[in-house]
Amino acid sequence: MSNILVLIDSCEADATETINELLTQGRNLANQVNGSLEAITFDPRHKELAGAWAEHGVNVIHYLTNSALHDYGPQAWAQGIVQIVSLVEPISVISCGSDRGHEVMANVAAILDAPFVSNCLSVTAGERWQASRLQWGGSLIEEVTVASTFPVLSFALHSCETTLSKISEPLKIISHEIELDTESAKTIVIERTEKPEGQSLETSAVVVAGGRGVGSADGFNVLETLAKLLNGKVGCSRAVTNNGWRSHTDQVGQTGKRIAPDLYIACGISGAIQHWVGAMASKNILAINTDPEANMVKKADYAVIANLHEIIPAVSDEIVRRNGQ
Amino acid sequence: MGVMRILVCVKRVPAPGAKIVITKDEQDIDSAHLGFTMSPHEECAIEAAAQLVEQHGGEITILTAGSRASDEQLRYAASVGAGSLVRIENNTGIDWDPQHTARSLSTAVQALEDEFGGYDLLLFGNEAADTGGYQTGIRTAHLLGRPIVNAINGIEIVGDSFVARRETPSGVEVYRVPTPAAFGVKEGINLPRYPTMKGRLASKKLSVAVVEDHSEPGEQCRVRLFRPNEAAKETVILGRDSEAAGAVVDLLEELGLI
Repeated sequence: MSNILVLIDSCEADATETINELLTQGRNLANQVNGSLEAITFDPRHKELAGAWAEHGVNVIHYLTNSALHDYGPQAWAQGIVQIVSLVEPISVISCGSDRGHEVMANVAAILDAPFVSNCLSVTAGERWQASRLQWGGSLIEEVTVASTFPVLSFALHSCETTLSKISEPLKIISHEIELDTESAKTIVIERTEKPEGQSLETSAVVVAGGRGVGSADGFNVLETLAKLLNGKVGCSRAVTNNGWRSHTDQVGQTGKRIAPDLYIACGISGAIQHWVGAMASKNILAINTDPEANMVKKADYAVIANLHEIIPAVSDEIVRRNGQ
Repeated sequence: MGVMRILVCVKRVPAPGAKIVITKDEQDIDSAHLGFTMSPHEECAIEAAAQLVEQHGGEITILTAGSRASDEQLRYAASVGAGSLVRIENNTGIDWDPQHTARSLSTAVQALEDEFGGYDLLLFGNEAADTGGYQTGIRTAHLLGRPIVNAINGIEIVGDSFVARRETPSGVEVYRVPTPAAFGVKEGINLPRYPTMKGRLASKKLSVAVVEDHSEPGEQCRVRLFRPNEAAKETVILGRDSEAAGAVVDLLEELGLI
């Protein structure tokens, strides 16, 4: 039988939706080849999570352990997955397109000298596999064929709508003690600090972002005031970080954060591809720019043609005035 | 460590502005009117190498795979601190897919190490700005038998090891990897310096060593490249100048944000 192996990385925060999307893609692939969907997990909580995974079409869960594997290690995880590959003989291994998903799949592909097609949107199994995948941070789509009977794949985040597909056979959970060599143990996490719970740029409902048009580090003060009134966070474009006005942790874009707030207020941002791909998933975009021809203005849902240093304090004042009523 | 030797791999990529145009044959992006740069992560990898060398001494080699045009990116790297430049030239017409690229890079690194001595540290960008494959560094490191961690935004030397930091959605991870090691670096690890005039002049005098590529092709093959359909959207102009403040706050109320 043709099986699909899927890495479920439930150890990272906010992963439930991502996992369900990945399992939907995995189940779809398994259906294409009349196979089963077998999950790999390193999460000791897998027994509590198993029911939810089964509802998205997982037939078997392989739980991998090793006494040295007290935390994440890309090469150790890959080595473990390769051992399950030789056991299950799947026709593909898949993961989600997160930093960790990409990293582990690239290691698996490197060990097996298999092709790795990253950030797929859709995949058709066959003698020559076909896939469409994201390039340029999501601004282009590339169609590829793969001349291999065993491609390694990662699926882009939000590449599909989640669907439930309950399997009639009972779910099997199998534990495996995997073997690790000293080489792959070299890249296991030695120390971890958790961020304090709270709002981040990624989880904030409102992001007020500034670009080159803000003009200086101090220029962000008006954005900070507005963001505070809206219980939001301040973001920025790459031009801003390159000028040293704000830290890279605030950067939205292809090489910064990908965000999807309810409202993204882009102040003095021209809207180059590099920035746009980080903000395009926002539910509403309001552009504030002096240039009505700016790309950000053309792509936004709403726009104000104004100097941000005048309009933003005016908006803050108006919010305070209405709140006072 | 004796004299620390660092090798950084870079890729020449177009620098698109607001819109990417595809060539008629749908095989590439139309770069006729575009400038070129290296992927942002790699610019930061070079800066990370330069800072390590400033603190601990050492030398930096830059390696790229591509046509003669890529010398522009190699020379830029030299202007901010690299001392040796190497380019892999491919006259076979084989596409630079990830497997092929990693085979070529690892072969070249091996040859350089055989001739000049081993590298303590190999640095890559986390992913290329254009193709975004997330694998060339990892594949290359595997072929050379080096441990590698991706998505790194902090590297320091502690004893005979590199201690590397990585930001994750939930916090920070720390890795301690013995030399020789490899990392995929992410933008944000530092703020890359600008070249000085002296650096620019020196980089022009530096020669680029060219090696030929004879590596096997990979298994991933491009069919076509296209832009996703963007729903044509009318932007609602809420107003001009400060007078628009009322309309903006109306919108905020409508969206339930205040």
